[in-house]
Amino acid sequence: MSFFARFAQNRGALVGLIILLLIITMAILAPLLFPESPWRMVQRPFLPPLSQDGFPLGTDTMGRNVASGLMHGAWVSLLIGLVSTSVALLIGVPLGAIAGYYGGIIDDVLMRFTEFFQTIPNFALAIVLVAIMQPSITSIVLAIAIVSWPPVARLVRAEFMSLRNREYVEAARLVGQSNTTIILRQILPNTLSPIIVLASLMVATAILLESALSFLGLGDPNVMSWGYMIGAARTVIRQAWWLSFFPGVAILLTVLALNLVGEGLDDALNPKLSRER
Amino acid sequence: MPITENQSADTVLSIRDLNIALPKGADRALAVEDVSYEVKRGEIMCVVGESGSGKSMAANAVMGLLPKGVNATHGEILFEGQDLLALTEKQHRALRGLKIGMIFQEPMTALNPLMRVGAQIAEVFEAHGQFNPKERQARALELLIEVGIPQPEKAIRAYPFELSGGQRQRVMIAMALALEPILLIADEPTTALDVTTQAQILELIRDLQQRRGMSVMFITHDFGVVAEIANRVCVMRHGKIVELGDAKSVLENPQDAYTQALIAAIPSNAVPPHRETSQVAPLLEIKQLNKVFRSRGGWLKPAREVRALEDVSLTLARGETVGIVGESGSGKSTLGRCVVRLEHPDSGELLLDGVNLSQLKGDALRRERHRVQMIFQDPYASLNPRTKVGMAIAQGPIANGTPKAAALKQAGELLDMVGLGASAVERFPHEFSGGQRQRIGIARALALNPELIVADEAVSALDVSIQAQVLELLEELKQRLSLSLLFITHDLRVAAHICDRIVVMQHGRIVEQGSAEQIFLAPREAYTQDLLKAIPGREAPVAATA
Repeated sequence: MSFFARFAQNRGALVGLIILLLIITMAILAPLLFPESPWRMVQRPFLPPLSQDGFPLGTDTMGRNVASGLMHGAWVSLLIGLVSTSVALLIGVPLGAIAGYYGGIIDDVLMRFTEFFQTIPNFALAIVLVAIMQPSITSIVLAIAIVSWPPVARLVRAEFMSLRNREYVEAARLVGQSNTTIILRQILPNTLSPIIVLASLMVATAILLESALSFLGLGDPNVMSWGYMIGAARTVIRQAWWLSFFPGVAILLTVLALNLVGEGLDDALNPKLSRER
Repeated sequence: MPITENQSADTVLSIRDLNIALPKGADRALAVEDVSYEVKRGEIMCVVGESGSGKSMAANAVMGLLPKGVNATHGEILFEGQDLLALTEKQHRALRGLKIGMIFQEPMTALNPLMRVGAQIAEVFEAHGQFNPKERQARALELLIEVGIPQPEKAIRAYPFELSGGQRQRVMIAMALALEPILLIADEPTTALDVTTQAQILELIRDLQQRRGMSVMFITHDFGVVAEIANRVCVMRHGKIVELGDAKSVLENPQDAYTQALIAAIPSNAVPPHRETSQVAPLLEIKQLNKVFRSRGGWLKPAREVRALEDVSLTLARGETVGIVGESGSGKSTLGRCVVRLEHPDSGELLLDGVNLSQLKGDALRRERHRVQMIFQDPYASLNPRTKVGMAIAQGPIANGTPKAAALKQAGELLDMVGLGASAVERFPHEFSGGQRQRIGIARALALNPELIVADEAVSALDVSIQAQVLELLEELKQRLSLSLLFITHDLRVAAHICDRIVVMQHGRIVEQGSAEQIFLAPREAYTQDLLKAIPGREAPVAATA
């Protein structure tokens, strides 16, 4: 059975994948459907949804097109979510794997380093980092990655510690496999399930973190994001519900889709489940 | 025709035409089919079968402890005139402990790790609203004395982890007996214990049963245990009863082919045959090996030291099988792990064909690794669930420089050799049974053409009939490939079956070593004699013959 067929056996995963593809299409089509900058004021402010042609989701406090913002924002939010999670995994997984596999002094040193990051409140650190580096997409992605890798390292370390003394790992050591091969071939594949689940949640947290940063005015001033839209609409949530509702729904759907896809990937990668069904 | 019995007046428990259905998708529709048997007053009824035979299911139904999705669909279980299957959960709860007691296989997990032993026994009285707290403690102490725990006044204040396995099982028995039940159900109560402890617990159960006039339903996989303890036997297979009758007649004159096969599959009680010991230069020489495990002390706890190996010296000739026998904690596994260098010995020499393996490290060690391989105990934990079987076997040769395609081809040949067929290469470990997985483990150990194979309890996790097959395979491969084996086991019967020489270990030291024949016929040390005496189902120790 092919990988995709196994993946598709999980209905939820398929739904998640479809939603995700829709959001990506939205992001790609944004410049074609709304060639004008989403920041431009195009109508009078506080136009409710469906009240005027060309503004299906209404306009915001400054008279900007909400539909346009939503589509342009999809790109930024997805990019920030995915890239910052990948960077966080790139830092967290190797650190956790090395700490968990070797133990001893190496573990102590790496974990003290991890704790150094964990003791500073996430959000405060992210603000400081973005403020120092000047707000831009790159600095935001980096800041989010830097504050979100410690849990990954912790999780991977714990998994490695419990797996490193399994008999099959000992068997691999006995036949003379190198430590690198054992880490990559024997242990890492067996830690994938929790990593995938954690990663799909991290994408969601990253999107939310970016929203919070944008809300504080630390977003990239050149790009529209869902977080910025919610942040800007917060003060008028009772007069103009649609301003925070639509980007909110977009974030919700994206996070849900990522979780479903993550779960489906986990099932498809797990040889035991895939053959039993 | 299902085998049935006539009910008589002194029947305590009577199971009639019981069917228990498994949930959809299980390997068979009924866990237990048309099962009828009785437990009479004051007898020990042994239910024997291999794993998956449904031997525990009926007992679980009696206790009202069937797993979710598993239901009794037909038949009745009569206990004191009422049908247990018709009881509500509340009525069942009132019965459990009070009229029917139960002991489990693993006393460590059956006891609450955070509760003192005395409190756990007292809890049994509390659950049934008997006595006041002070009397409960007094009763708990009496029970602990009755089950023969050393220093009962101290033990009552102990936590489960402070007791040994045998003592924990005694506590379980004390709990089960607290309310003087009429029927005691014992589900593999000695399987997790050492032979000598097993012998003591069996004696305790028999003794208590006679003193109290209880009935016991004893579930086991071991015919040796049956011979020790049973009045009557019920042999089960695939959910059906294949033979039912007097222990003596079933054991001596089994009617059913399966029972005969099971009894024949027990590694023989008979004295091992005399084997020629080769006088060639030793392949493996262990000299004065020492290993101490230290746990780091904390703020308030002192550092602990466990001497796992103390001055252990032995030799193994090429083509020879040496058995290391001992109880848990004897250091036998540590010895095996030092030989394959999964542990680093503190001092001493490990000479393999003259090369000292004991002090090698890093890459130098990795290059020598292929010479000594290991077969692991747990067939479920020793294969990576995400690696295909062929790759699991081929990864050794690949790590040592064989091209991937050639290594995979060789893996297929090896799988063929251990009787699984080359097509197994493409499958995942979970598609195989325990015995088949152990064959894969053997193929993996053979892949590097090792000079020595260490088998650490390689057949302990398997059913007797499978055990016999795997031992046969090992014996055959040994002949064909002239392998040398270091065979670590707690089971003297298995050791007798396969080993040329036997080394008996206790507390990290070698107590006695000699040819298998000599160890069995003329054990010199008292400890070896105790071990031999404790083998269940063994006749009185054979006197030394000329």
